[in-house]
Amino acid sequence: MPDSRKMTSSSRRGLLRCMAWAGCGVRWTVIGGVPTARMLDGDAAMATKPAGLSFMQISDSHIGFASQPNMDASQTLAEAMALVRAQKADAAFMIHTGDVSQLSKPEQFDKAAALVEAAGLETHYVPGEHDVLVDDGKAFFARFTPAGSRGWYAFDQAGVHFIALNNVQDLKPGGLGNLGAAQLAWLKDDLSRRADSQPIVVCAHVPLWTVSQEWGWGTDDGLQALALLRRFGSVTVLNGHIHQVMQKVEGNVAFHTARSTAFPQPAPGTAAYPGPIKDLPPGRLRSTLGITRIQAVRTSSPLAIIDTPLGA
Amino acid sequence: MRHSYPVIASTCLFLVVMALPAHADDVAVDIKHFTFYPASITVPAGTRVVWTNHDDTPHTVVDAAEPKVIRSPPLDTGDSYARLFAAPGIYDYFCSLHPHMQGTIVVE
Ligand SMILES: [Cu+2]
Repeated sequence: MPDSRKMTSSSRRGLLRCMAWAGCGVRWTVIGGVPTARMLDGDAAMATKPAGLSFMQISDSHIGFASQPNMDASQTLAEAMALVRAQKADAAFMIHTGDVSQLSKPEQFDKAAALVEAAGLETHYVPGEHDVLVDDGKAFFARFTPAGSRGWYAFDQAGVHFIALNNVQDLKPGGLGNLGAAQLAWLKDDLSRRADSQPIVVCAHVPLWTVSQEWGWGTDDGLQALALLRRFGSVTVLNGHIHQVMQKVEGNVAFHTARSTAFPQPAPGTAAYPGPIKDLPPGRLRSTLGITRIQAVRTSSPLAIIDTPLGA
Repeated sequence: MRHSYPVIASTCLFLVVMALPAHADDVAVDIKHFTFYPASITVPAGTRVVWTNHDDTPHTVVDAAEPKVIRSPPLDTGDSYARLFAAPGIYDYFCSLHPHMQGTIVVE
């Protein structure tokens, strides 16, 4: 199977790995800061024994997108929700890491909310840049991030501290994603009340680590956020935006990006520009889309992450 | 940086003329493959510049300088945005959604 590699300690610093790019689920177990991957096929995936807190992640549903390679992003989100229902087992909730809509239109928000509701899980959202196109995102925040009027907030579940960030507004010319001084101050204050031993999960749309400077796939002040997180023993950063699975570990921080439920984008360095991959082989769209299940293994270190595509 | 004339004047001189039909002397900037093309153009004062998005991804045309006197709505596939550049100056702009996308209009 393609792209299944064990990450060795020599590859831990600064090196990007593209994992599980298509066709198969991967189970990630992060132990002692070094993740190991093994490919899953069908039954093996479902045989993974649930333990501790589990939750689901979806990303980049882009409701309203109707172009190659996916003329109906609502249909594939509906399929993703069916897959969530099949996999959720004891999952406590779901997170959506942004780009819920294509163009921030009320009817796109309505459609997305109705489809996501079918998963039967409480869902926490972070904004993507497509969700804040109108009126500085106020409509999105009112509807999808009621706990944070500017798109950032925190909550606790089963001893794990979850932080939802907004890094898609007030972007600077030539820059990347942006958190901004106000959000960083809030983050510092929020974390100041947490013990080093509390597991932290950070969700944001654009990767907090630089995946591709050239394509803007990173966050200008992401390092400042990561500096605040350094003292914690277990930090998991879950992102979207790039429409493909990538994983990196630095110290006690594991970074992971999720597939889209709408369309894939190329891996950096494999195309001249980002955006939808339009010329997929017939019948291959669903192998590039998917959902993610995250499992906090309470008896060892951080989290196990399982990505599952919508189809072969 | 930039606009080489008073802000109050600029606000009056910049007219959003999206509804107007195309003019023979319009200058086009294509938005394609996450770039503005041409990325830099030089035009005489009084020229209307028309940006058209050919991508399947929405983009914007936003002033790089403050205050942001150039600020398009989100442009979906096929959407255009036009501005009349009445006063000489150097106008840097970018896409507020994909800030690595940058362009310049030099008005002489
Ligand atoms: Cu753009």
